[in-house]
Amino acid sequence: MDILCAIDTGVLCGVEQWFTDPAQWTGPAGIPVRLAEHAYYSVVALLVATAIAVPLGLLTGHTGVGGFLTTSLANFARALPTIGVLFLIVLLAGIGLVPVLCALVALAVPPILVNTHEGVRGVEPRLRDAALGMGMRGREVLFRLELPVAAPLVLIGMRTAAVQVVATATIAAYVGVGGLGRYIVDGQARQDLSMMLGGSILVVLLAVATTLLFAGLRRVLVAPGLRAEAASAR
Amino acid sequence: MNAAWDWAAGVLDWAVANWSYPGEPDRGILPRLLEHMRLSYAPILLGLLVALPLGLACARWKRLYPPVLTGVNVLYAVPSIALFFLMLPYTGFSDWTAIVPLTVYTLVILLPNVVDGLRQVPEHVRQAAVAMGFGPLRRLVFVETPVAVPVIIAGLRVASVATISMVSVASLIGLGGLGRLILSEGFRRQFDAPIVVGIVLTVLLAFVTDAVLVLAQRLLTPWARRDGGVGGGRGIRARRRRRRAAAAVPAEDAAVAADLTTTAGER
Repeated sequence: MDILCAIDTGVLCGVEQWFTDPAQWTGPAGIPVRLAEHAYYSVVALLVATAIAVPLGLLTGHTGVGGFLTTSLANFARALPTIGVLFLIVLLAGIGLVPVLCALVALAVPPILVNTHEGVRGVEPRLRDAALGMGMRGREVLFRLELPVAAPLVLIGMRTAAVQVVATATIAAYVGVGGLGRYIVDGQARQDLSMMLGGSILVVLLAVATTLLFAGLRRVLVAPGLRAEAASAR
Repeated sequence: MNAAWDWAAGVLDWAVANWSYPGEPDRGILPRLLEHMRLSYAPILLGLLVALPLGLACARWKRLYPPVLTGVNVLYAVPSIALFFLMLPYTGFSDWTAIVPLTVYTLVILLPNVVDGLRQVPEHVRQAAVAMGFGPLRRLVFVETPVAVPVIIAGLRVASVATISMVSVASLIGLGGLGRLILSEGFRRQFDAPIVVGIVLTVLLAFVTDAVLVLAQRLLTPWARRDGGVGGGRGIRARRRRRRAAAAVPAEDAAVAADLTTTAGER
């Protein structure tokens, strides 16, 4: 059973023992519960951010109004230190899940917004002309041409945001809510390196799973003709 | 409105009063700012040092690029905070615990830019170099790399903003420059002024660094200012012409800008 302990009695062995301890897998502080909490915060934050950013990006991209303001603000937001924003919101609004979610949403909006905006803006004019020539109206152009063509870029923005949110939800444990960050924060408080590393590994696994999820979503949501082209444009 | 002014004035007062302490080199805001610069500039420079030869190799041997890019992307999926903690058993509480993960993150942005920059060197430039007797290696180093400078610097600008804002996360392991100001002076003491000062200084540092990189690009690519069909001449009219041309660029470059979100007008 203890494969790693057979070759190494230090850090790796401790982590393996932490993972294989049956107590770790049950109860309110067990791995399944913490994992579910972490995924729950991340999904809620990402959905709220998407509900804000995609319509706004479609609007600015389609009309061209406020495009410069949007990209400038998003650029500015990228320079903001996440933990500073999180701690400031928590300090002003108090401890709890809602302030944490606000900070996570604030983190997730800029990449989705910029990519949606640029995705719609990047639709080739001749495609738009063709759609207009086929008799499509403004709204039809937006939903039947611009949104599908922009979909790969929107999904990349959502993936970037999702990975960042999964990572940052860890920090949320510093302000008293659950999730995988608890292992890191509590492990640090107890000087328990195995616990900290175990929590970190779980966050890494969740982030990799998120990336894979978006690779799958891309297969389902992006039109076949667009996939090859979008792959070459990263 | 008055309350907001008072609050801002209070924050500013705190910043001035705590800027630095003579005789105590590790106390105050300035040492944290310098630490932040050290912890962010080292990964950016190291990232460039790794990305340049790696990118040159990937541009030279095309088969190398997909696996290298996938590897770097997988590492990027690892959250920074987790990577900092995973580094702890190996590097302890030294600066390297922050520098190594941040360097890896810069590679994700820098490597594709180096490779794409080299690939988009116009064919006629390449052929001219061949005709002048440049061998493959000399051509890569002395012709294609300089032509790729704008794209490489565009990558550096994104990487530097991302790194400067990410350094703060390292405060959770006791490093992190301005992040330490935010966490230990601000959050642990339930005091908003250090948090605000930390955020503002981080953003300022990112903007100043960005401006330096834009300036570096202008100095490194003098030909970009001279030709292009719209440059020519000084004076208000020429400047207005240039500005109009620069404003027209973003629409063409949407795909690049989507990933970079830098102000494309500078390119």
